Amino acid sequence: MDVKGRIHSIETLGLVDGPGLRFVVFLQGCHLRCLYCHNPDSWEENQGRIIGAKELALKIQEYEPYIKNGGVTLSGGEPLLQSEFCAEVLRLCKQLGFHTACDTAGSVSLKTAVKVLEQTDLVLLDIKDLDKDDCKKLCGISPKMPIDILRYCEKVEKDVWIRHVLLPGYTLKQSKLERLADFLKKFSCVKKIELLPFHKMGEFKWKTLKIRYLLSNVLEPSKEEIKTAIEIFRSRGLKVD
Amino acid sequence: MNFRKGNWSSEIDVRDFIVLNYTPYDGDESFLSGPSKKTKKLWSVVKDLLDKEREAGGVLSIDAKTISNIDAFEPGYIDKENESIVGLQTSRPLERAIMPYGGIRMVKNSLSAYKMQLDPSIEEIFTHRKTHNDGVFDAYTDEMKKARHYGIITGLPDAYGRGRIIGDYRRVALYGVDRLIESKTLALDDLDVDSMTEDIIRKREETNEQIRALKSLKNMAARYGFDISLPAKDSKQAIQWLYFAYLAATKDQNGAAMSLGRVSTFLDIYSERDLAKGIYSEEEIQEFVDHFVMKLRLIKFLRTPAYDQLFSGDPTWVTEAIGGVCVDGRHMVTKMSYRFLHTLTNLGHAPEPNLTILWSENLPQNFKLYASSVSINTSSIQYENDDVMRAKLGDDYAIACCVSPMKVGKQMQFFGARCNLAKALLYALNGGKDEMAGEQVAPETCPVGDGKLLYDDVLKKYGAVLDWLAKLYINALNIIHYMHDKYCYEKIQMALHDDDITRTMAGGIAGLSVVADSLSAIKYADVYPVRNSQGLIVDFKIQGQYPAFGNNDDRVDKIAIDVAKGFMKRLRKHKAYRNSRPTMSILTITSNVVYGKKTGSTPDGRKAGVPFAPGANPMHGRDSNGSVASMRSVAKLPFEYAQDGISYTFSIVPGALGKNSNDKKQNLVSLLDGYFADRGHHINVNVIDKDVLIDAMDHPEKYPQLTIRVSGYAVNFVKLTREQQLDVLSRTFHSRL
Repeated sequence: MDVKGRIHSIETLGLVDGPGLRFVVFLQGCHLRCLYCHNPDSWEENQGRIIGAKELALKIQEYEPYIKNGGVTLSGGEPLLQSEFCAEVLRLCKQLGFHTACDTAGSVSLKTAVKVLEQTDLVLLDIKDLDKDDCKKLCGISPKMPIDILRYCEKVEKDVWIRHVLLPGYTLKQSKLERLADFLKKFSCVKKIELLPFHKMGEFKWKTLKIRYLLSNVLEPSKEEIKTAIEIFRSRGLKVD
Repeated sequence: MNFRKGNWSSEIDVRDFIVLNYTPYDGDESFLSGPSKKTKKLWSVVKDLLDKEREAGGVLSIDAKTISNIDAFEPGYIDKENESIVGLQTSRPLERAIMPYGGIRMVKNSLSAYKMQLDPSIEEIFTHRKTHNDGVFDAYTDEMKKARHYGIITGLPDAYGRGRIIGDYRRVALYGVDRLIESKTLALDDLDVDSMTEDIIRKREETNEQIRALKSLKNMAARYGFDISLPAKDSKQAIQWLYFAYLAATKDQNGAAMSLGRVSTFLDIYSERDLAKGIYSEEEIQEFVDHFVMKLRLIKFLRTPAYDQLFSGDPTWVTEAIGGVCVDGRHMVTKMSYRFLHTLTNLGHAPEPNLTILWSENLPQNFKLYASSVSINTSSIQYENDDVMRAKLGDDYAIACCVSPMKVGKQMQFFGARCNLAKALLYALNGGKDEMAGEQVAPETCPVGDGKLLYDDVLKKYGAVLDWLAKLYINALNIIHYMHDKYCYEKIQMALHDDDITRTMAGGIAGLSVVADSLSAIKYADVYPVRNSQGLIVDFKIQGQYPAFGNNDDRVDKIAIDVAKGFMKRLRKHKAYRNSRPTMSILTITSNVVYGKKTGSTPDGRKAGVPFAPGANPMHGRDSNGSVASMRSVAKLPFEYAQDGISYTFSIVPGALGKNSNDKKQNLVSLLDGYFADRGHHINVNVIDKDVLIDAMDHPEKYPQLTIRVSGYAVNFVKLTREQQLDVLSRTFHSRL
């Protein structure tokens, strides 16, 4: 039986979600409600297109000449919500010789996540906010689960790139960034930090879905602010992109 | 230190000289020199001139008193003391020449468009002297005139120079003109035969034309103070000799595309020797190249505004093929390959010369990365698949115009512009009538009925129209090229060819993705014709979904392949002039806009007047899996059936290429490696900025496969409403980011 999953869309030219040229699969369904989400159209779990893991892997295989030096990235939505499916897709991709990555907010139990992580060469882990209350305000859950996943990755020596959104008024604060950097510098599995300046390219999606967007008046971070944020991480020996 | 001798020493064989003497370069770009003082001075003068030309509305001045010829003009200079390489088309920079042999009407129209008049004495000459254009219209049938008028066949070179012929300009540098004259004189002896057939008579006449052209070339150079009767002695002379030869061609022919060929690795042999002997420094050699390229940027032809509308931007297609791999397995990248690309940095980016990288998986990684970074910074490079072309053409072919490969000095083509295959489909549905004018253009057949269009019925009717079209097309081209040879023979370019050459009859098609999607709609969705009061089908009602070309979906990709193959097979059925071999390109350049304007609504849902996608591109707005899926669809089109080239254009914003400049260039290399391993033939890479993006909003057809992405962001840009696109675009280039 081919394990089935729900996908939001496919991007065959993925150049910014993991190393090299990648086949990116955006999974459908997420139970976080991040204020700055740019893919709210991927939240609803019962939507999207149903596809079998084998079917998807065969499709990916066709792109071998392009992605042989890059790989495959599962993004979303939250891929770990469909852990059986994702684990199978990535297992097949690894069998085909592709580098695998999973772009996740880590919002599932470690037990569920591990199945997928075992098939993942690189985890793109989104840390929203280390502060429990602020994190809940920002995305609806506490940071415990993603941190468990990070600790697991450290233990099994799995490469992690941390992704962190710089949201003015929320995460873009010196004290918060310093705390995060101090925390992350202890992990040798963390190979890179990607600081993602908040942007509103997804705002139209909120409008289309008729969901109220709370950040309309928040400005994107300035170049100066971004530079300062980068410096906080770099000064602690972390690689920032 | 002398060149290694070989067959080239006794025969005219430039390839042999190159293969025996070139030095592959595996290093990076760090050896390159910036612009010299002279270069900076000269370029500022040239830039000024180019600005003035733009301000003057596209044409700075015209010499309407002189019939252009190889040695018709006084020597001209830009700024004599700063010019390392000399020679202009006329006696003043950017002054355009008149070349009436293609057609006097075209010259008069062009002049009057710029409020000038033809010199009466020249007008008088051409009441006695016939032109190519006159000849063609004497022979055209009514059916051909009609097909041309309604635009089912367009852009035919029946009133202008056909171009697309690449002289082996390197021969002048390697052998000197005297040796070439000697060789052509010997060829005349071989043409002294028992039976003076038409073919031999024509060859004898042409060979004497060639010899005279070579003498004129020598004379033209002499007027600039150079004796080019003997071989060039060093890199500066080699460039100068070669440029004189190319310049002669541009004084003789106002060709649609005037490619330079494949000169850089040839020239590198001279510069390597000069560097080793200490004759010239790297800075000096770069200066010669920069000045040569400046001259190439000044090549201009007098054309009508209507022509410019078809091919926007006053193009000349001075195409130079760079790189590739030698048949013996060594790559052919040299330092000179770098120097040519480096002109885009030293002089700023420009569309001409049309620098074309012959890509192979075996090119050195350093060069791939360098080309990629130049692409990202300038969008001025196109790429073509050397691994695919080398198998058919060896390692000394060049590119005519944009995508048409031919062996240098051994092969020429009869350029045939293109047929509008989307219009042909509408003719099939309308019983041979033009869907815009209602006129019967193709033979009258039974039009389709009112109900749902039936795939098999449509295919059958379409096949019949294509049969008719292919025959008419080849016959029209036969007339055109017979007359072009007769009245407007490319004497200097053909003097720089072998005596016996291969000729192709280069047909072309436009609207392939429109046809593929239309047939896919008819097959997989329900399509109903909508008629006007005269019963002519002017629109279509489409119910349901259909797979569109550009999504790597075999259901429709196979249709596109079958259409392309089918038309090529039809072209092959007809006898082409001078025993030429029919070929085909899938290329529109920028004329996709005009073709669209002249084509009614199509069954894929495209409305009347909406531009086609350029070349072999999928229709904009119909790809939903990202650009690589679209590339895969295009790469499936078989080069074997489109040996004159398959053009694909790709646009991306810099941010979507990667997070930093190093990632960006690595990623573009991976993309090109992938596309060419997939047997894609050609790709234009446009890395576009904000201003261009705004233009992309209004003209999506000009920026197909536009990719805009940030990390983790899932959006099918092409599927957004205009308002949403604007929203995303303005944010992509947010000033604060």
